[in-house]
Amino acid sequence: MKSFKLDWLLLPLIGFGVVLVVWAISSNTWATNLPSPAKTWESSREYVLSPFAKRGEMDQGILRFTWYSLILVAQGYGLALLVGTPIGFCLGLSKTFTKIFDPIIQILRPVSPLAWLPLGLVLFMNAGKEAGTYGALFTIAICAMWPTVLNTAVGVRAVPQDFLNVGRVLKLSRWKTLTKILIPATLPYMFTGFRLSLGIAWLAIVAAEMLTGRPGAGGFLWQEYNALIYEHIILSIITIGLVGFALDRLMSLLERRFKSI
Amino acid sequence: MAFLELTNVSKGFGGPPVLSDINLSIGLGEFVAIVGYSGSGKTTLISLIAGLLRPTAGAITLDGQPITGPDPERGLVFQNYSLLPWLTVAENIALAVESVYPGKSPADQAEQVDRFIAMVRLAHARDRLPRDLSGGMRQRVAVARTLATLPRILLLDEPLSALDALTRASLQDEITQIRRTDNTTILLITNSVDEALLLADRVIPLTPGPGATLGESVTVNLPRPRDRKALNHDPEFKRLRALITNRLLGYRTGVKANVTRKLILPDILPEDLDAPRVNRPPRRPSEIREEVVALNS
Ligand SMILES: Nc1ncnc2c1ncn2[C@@H]1O[C@H](COP(=O)(O)OP(=O)(O)OP(=O)(O)O)[C@@H](O)[C@H]1O
Ligand SMILES: [Mg+2]
Repeated sequence: MKSFKLDWLLLPLIGFGVVLVVWAISSNTWATNLPSPAKTWESSREYVLSPFAKRGEMDQGILRFTWYSLILVAQGYGLALLVGTPIGFCLGLSKTFTKIFDPIIQILRPVSPLAWLPLGLVLFMNAGKEAGTYGALFTIAICAMWPTVLNTAVGVRAVPQDFLNVGRVLKLSRWKTLTKILIPATLPYMFTGFRLSLGIAWLAIVAAEMLTGRPGAGGFLWQEYNALIYEHIILSIITIGLVGFALDRLMSLLERRFKSI
Repeated sequence: MAFLELTNVSKGFGGPPVLSDINLSIGLGEFVAIVGYSGSGKTTLISLIAGLLRPTAGAITLDGQPITGPDPERGLVFQNYSLLPWLTVAENIALAVESVYPGKSPADQAEQVDRFIAMVRLAHARDRLPRDLSGGMRQRVAVARTLATLPRILLLDEPLSALDALTRASLQDEITQIRRTDNTTILLITNSVDEALLLADRVIPLTPGPGATLGESVTVNLPRPRDRKALNHDPEFKRLRALITNRLLGYRTGVKANVTRKLILPDILPEDLDAPRVNRPPRRPSEIREEVVALNS
């Protein structure tokens, strides 16, 4: 019991302590514009202690901003899964489809959210006021899609031949083969893809909000940088990190649930 | 023409042929067992009949119709059971029934599912997932799934090889029982001569591969019902067992036989000398080696 506490509580605390010390020393020596930990806490208190307050468009509690970001991410992420999963299935099922689309996927996959956003804005320029939202959704979706696409494809290819043979001997219809064999057998892989995709969607949100100036965790960060309130940059980074971590834990719980089948 | 007919069937996978020149005819209602060594191509042969593989040469017909692909009329029980792990016992069987008899009313389908679950005595486990079943129970589900589609011929690929002796015996009785009530044509693949003689009307040895082919068929004229214990002292049973075993062994002469033995290299890491010396598993994968020893007989 004692060593359990030591390992899981004390040791991570040492890690946080080290970072705090480095941060404090840096802000006092070579990076004088970096707010010290104490100053950061002082100026963030209001945002953390009343996390849902709304004082103005760009002056809201940190969890309220996070909530806006989460909604946008949920939409973009949902879009990514909706588009990515069928593409993954096509890639896994058809060699021809793979030969046609694999090269283009490999080229589009490493492109950063920062590069996609301007294109998204151009694409939806005719949408007027909503151009920013659509552009952001497009960016999140297209960046987050790839892990789902690739993992689903790998999963479909890894479906044991024995299960497919069962379907063949019973002459299952295409629909039944898909719903009773292919999808259940691919589910563990799909969920690994879904988890990785969520991580990327959360990465992309910050870029999208920064460039469109939407209210949210990333938009707040960029605005406070421009307003020279550097303490809030750190507040935003910590928030974004914690939320991303929580999302990943949540997804890996789901993933494990499906792996156990 | 026999019910199931294989004429000069060969099958290769690019390299040397696994099966060559297979000729087999099975009459309607007959129970034939094929006995062969491990790796000789038994699964390949049964997959050809099931239609999962296409022969490189030769023809296969069922009731005069050439076989072009898999069909539930040739019910295959897979060597590794192949139950879908995400479906319960009842759902696994229902999937088969619904897909083979889509015209039946849901009530009739459900009745058929329950009838076959009861037949293999698994009513108490109908809502369990395969991972919660013992090996023998899984095997019975696999048999029930195939039987529930009412196939014209039952293809059993080493259905009992993975089971312990007791379960094996009780499932052998179950196969006999199924056979007695339905009089289905059955092709059983097995690696046990005793099992073949206990169950089948005719036993055919399969020579070891590559290029495996069927030997001369042996008719089993033992009266039914056959009792496992009494059979052991039956002179005709002993004669047949010696005959088939000798034929199978005969194929082996001239073929260089090897066995692969696991070899665990000695560990020379300093060890805690106070620790009790037990047969511990190897520590690193590199410690496991395999050794091939030639058998001279
Ligand atoms: N799809 C395949 N591609 C290439 N080679 C194959 C394929 N299927 C089987 N073989 C080869 O054919 C030979 C016979 O295999 P098969 O599975 O039919 O043997 P078996 O008698 O059923 O063995 P076991 O007793 O282990 O079940 C083996 O040497 C195997 O490597
Ligand atoms: Mg086999």
